[in-house]
Amino acid sequence: MGGYIPSSPDERGGMLQAVGVSSVEALFSQIPAAVRAGTLDLPEGLSELEVRRRLEALAAKNQVFRSVFRGAGAYRHYIPAIVRGVTAKEEFLTAYTPYQAEISQGILQSIFEYQTMICELTGMDVSNASVYDGASAAAEAAAMCRDRKRQRILISAAVHPQVIETVQTYAFGAGVPVEQIPLRDGRTDPDALRAALAPDVCCVLQQQPNFFGLIEEVRAEAVHAAGAKLILSVNPISLGLLETPAGQGADIAVGEGQPLGMPLAFGGPYLGFMACTKALMRRLPGRIVGETADARGNRAFVLTLQAREQHIRREKASSNICSNQALCALTAAAYLSAMGPGGLREAAEQCAAKAQYAAGRLCEIKGVSLAYAPPFFHEFVTRLPVTPDAVLAALEAEGILGGLPVDGGILWCVTELCSKAQIDEMVGVVREVCET
Amino acid sequence: MKLIFERSRPGVRCGLLPPCDVPKALPAAPLRSCPPRLPEVAEIDISRHYTALAKEAHGVNDGFYPLGSCTMKYNPRINEEMAALPGFTGLHPLQPVETIQGALEVLCMAERLLCEITGMDAMSFQPAAGAQGEFAGLLLIKAYHASRQDTVRKKILVPDAAHGTNPASAAMAGYDVVSIPSNERGCVDLDALRAAAGPDTAGLMLTNPNTVGLFDENILEITNIIHDAGGLCYYDGANLNAVMGIVRPGDMGFDVVHLNLHKTFSTPHGCGGPGAGPVGCRQFLAPFLPGEQAVEQGGGFTLEQSTASIGRVKLFYGNFLVVVRALSYLLSLGREGIPEAAQNAVLNANYLMTLLQDRFDIAFSKGVMHEFVITLEHEKKRTGVTAMDIAKAMLDYGIHPPTMYFPLIVHEALMVEPTETEGRAALDEAARILHEILDRAQSDPAALHSAPQTTCVGRPDEVGAARTPRLRYSFPAAQ
Amino acid sequence: MNTPKELKYAKSHEWVRFLDDSTALIGVTDYAQDALGDLVFINLPEVGDMVVSGEVFTDVESVKAVSDVYCPVTGQVAEVNEELLDNPALINEDPYGAWLIKVTGITDTEELLDADAYEKRCAEEEG
Repeated sequence: MGGYIPSSPDERGGMLQAVGVSSVEALFSQIPAAVRAGTLDLPEGLSELEVRRRLEALAAKNQVFRSVFRGAGAYRHYIPAIVRGVTAKEEFLTAYTPYQAEISQGILQSIFEYQTMICELTGMDVSNASVYDGASAAAEAAAMCRDRKRQRILISAAVHPQVIETVQTYAFGAGVPVEQIPLRDGRTDPDALRAALAPDVCCVLQQQPNFFGLIEEVRAEAVHAAGAKLILSVNPISLGLLETPAGQGADIAVGEGQPLGMPLAFGGPYLGFMACTKALMRRLPGRIVGETADARGNRAFVLTLQAREQHIRREKASSNICSNQALCALTAAAYLSAMGPGGLREAAEQCAAKAQYAAGRLCEIKGVSLAYAPPFFHEFVTRLPVTPDAVLAALEAEGILGGLPVDGGILWCVTELCSKAQIDEMVGVVREVCET
Repeated sequence: MKLIFERSRPGVRCGLLPPCDVPKALPAAPLRSCPPRLPEVAEIDISRHYTALAKEAHGVNDGFYPLGSCTMKYNPRINEEMAALPGFTGLHPLQPVETIQGALEVLCMAERLLCEITGMDAMSFQPAAGAQGEFAGLLLIKAYHASRQDTVRKKILVPDAAHGTNPASAAMAGYDVVSIPSNERGCVDLDALRAAAGPDTAGLMLTNPNTVGLFDENILEITNIIHDAGGLCYYDGANLNAVMGIVRPGDMGFDVVHLNLHKTFSTPHGCGGPGAGPVGCRQFLAPFLPGEQAVEQGGGFTLEQSTASIGRVKLFYGNFLVVVRALSYLLSLGREGIPEAAQNAVLNANYLMTLLQDRFDIAFSKGVMHEFVITLEHEKKRTGVTAMDIAKAMLDYGIHPPTMYFPLIVHEALMVEPTETEGRAALDEAARILHEILDRAQSDPAALHSAPQTTCVGRPDEVGAARTPRLRYSFPAAQ
Repeated sequence: MNTPKELKYAKSHEWVRFLDDSTALIGVTDYAQDALGDLVFINLPEVGDMVVSGEVFTDVESVKAVSDVYCPVTGQVAEVNEELLDNPALINEDPYGAWLIKVTGITDTEELLDADAYEKRCAEEEG
């Protein structure tokens, strides 16, 4: 109905005349008749009010849970009000990639600040301006490590299954092998890792905390001794508290940035962050902002090291990435500014404390036990005396999204958003299902 | 402008979280030895900081943005409101299917509408951006040939005028890239294409209209040549805005397409993302699509992943909220509005070109569609003023310059795409400004080398930035 | 344009300084560095790599372009000029001092030009 066309019919008539054609149809004359489409089978255009009603009706068909104890790669955290205030600004929302530095200093500076915050969180030297999500970040990181002599990717089986699958898809494209390192008691088996570290291995990818929420003992020395690179996929909230990837010897840190101020949003848009050592800087894919000066000596920011990228290097580029998740990176930067070092630590501590509290309470129930030994961060797996489905259905009936069924048990997630009362309520429902 | 870190003062914070209501308990694991040096600021500091940064940014809402090949059309506000509905933003991606019926219906509805527009049979919304859509689309081609034990097809043909992502995606998919020269009209050289196509051809990547803004009228012959050689045809949807509702990639003979929802379907670019790059295909390729597909089943909706799938390229179901925005736009425009948008995009480009072509050289002016390419090669020889100088001068007039130095087959190129959401007055004004800049280029070329003058910074030292990369803030030693 | 007489030149704008019959330094010419503009990064091959006459052995980056560098001789990379990694501007400042690689065991050489012939060729390219 509305086409967002601002020219009036008269103006359009005048424009056609200026162009020298009698109708707009004449402008399409070079399209062969044989390929022209007739009228498409599309619904009639709607007014704004009708569109609103249609989409509100669709949104209403979904159930938003009041209590969420499910994570598994998508985490519900408190989003400070200022975050949306920042990202809703139209100058940021409607701008393209900041190619024209002189009128994009605000964007470039915000990305530069984001890069700095990611470096601070991870302890790494260099961050890019973002990639699509945590899974593609892991796949891109593995590609950074490959060279002619080393092609094989080792990936811990305790990495998020969708991340493993994404790395495998990218590896299928590149025609390189991926091997999973098996687990022992929910964690990467160190003996299997050592045995797999052959001279053709380019990298080892581990997740910290791993898919089951467990904190892994990372063996960077063994990986480096074999000449491979270590990639750690990390939860950014956990870095308010836990040792940094750099401190654990990682060459590349990647992760899903969604917990940094982005809603669950049925899986996207999210944020892939990537940071690496200085030695790998020129292999890092995606946009990177650098500080420089203009001719008058003013501090200025620009997209830099562009000769790595597809628009210059074409088929020799290390990645094809062009659009990224810039507005999500801005979200993360606003979130981290609002939280500050104290707030981030507080959020991380509350996640850890509440997860431990919930685990303790659940394990008081007869037949419920932790599947794997601590330490864990804000996720943990319990075994149950009943089927996970029975427990989850009972919770769902109360408006509570329980954990994710895994390996016959349930993978629970508890964040700072879950109050003690909500945890107690959830435990009560689980108790009732398990003990009757 | 101060960096947010330079606004930081120890001990300042926002009061965001209540005290912990369970006993504090740290995991028995190695903890970080020092906190991250995040800014310690109050909410007003953050608000003022980002408001100031926003003043040094230029979006579609700030002024004319004829960035060729990027389709910087207006982003309707209703799309934003719909994407912010709690019924969408509050959904966990791994909820039980009976609790996400509306979200799955969004995906199914958007798939059906976009398949109708492209002439495809199925579409996956997993790819997060155009480049990832290309990568996924090429993997469909790879998986298809592999499923037929056809293992000798190692080459992807790409026109020399193509976007850089095309060859880069082909390389990521494990293919050798063969560049096909353009003919004097800026279209695919058929003889060169015939010579290149053969039993080792996996496929062709093409955008039509192409990057000089022309519709390749030999399109059926092009796709036939590739199909006769046993290859598949990939449509890069970057320029679909020129022809949506008027001609469909499927009818041109393409087997796979990707779309850029953030170009053609009006979702905002957000300083470079998030976009969405759904990949569509004909039925015989549908089993290879990445990730899970939302499907209608027994009066409801569910998620399915084919056993032949190339696997996922990303977490979950892609940039879902971007799809919500695009659906909102599709429903608004509908049957009549979709071709009308294309018609007005083409009219606007032709009108602006008409206003310019008496003094500016247009690389390929005959049959221009939604964008055209100015070449300043002549001007550079005559006055020393480059495409870069003209572009930078435009900044002083508050309009975003066209895409510079692309496509590579045109020297001193400025690629202009006004889109349909500019009115006649904006185009008249842009033409007036370009003429004025050209006058200045001819009377005082030296002045243009130092443009822009009115922006918050002048041209940055890009050589210095690349030679000595400073990619993060250096905290003062004392802090 | 500076074109030292004692060097040999490839049509693809590299220079060769023979240290003995089978060893040579390879760099890019003054003409080439001027056309490339300010270089910001030099990719270098690894010591031990084989290089082949007429084939690309590395590339050099300016802000907005990447340019292939062809090897005028066939042999093995014995040394790379690591100084260029930190200071790519050396090629702009002193193209004939800023060698890229030292090749040993040279078994083949493409048809090389002397300084006069190379200058003539550059003049033709200028048109």
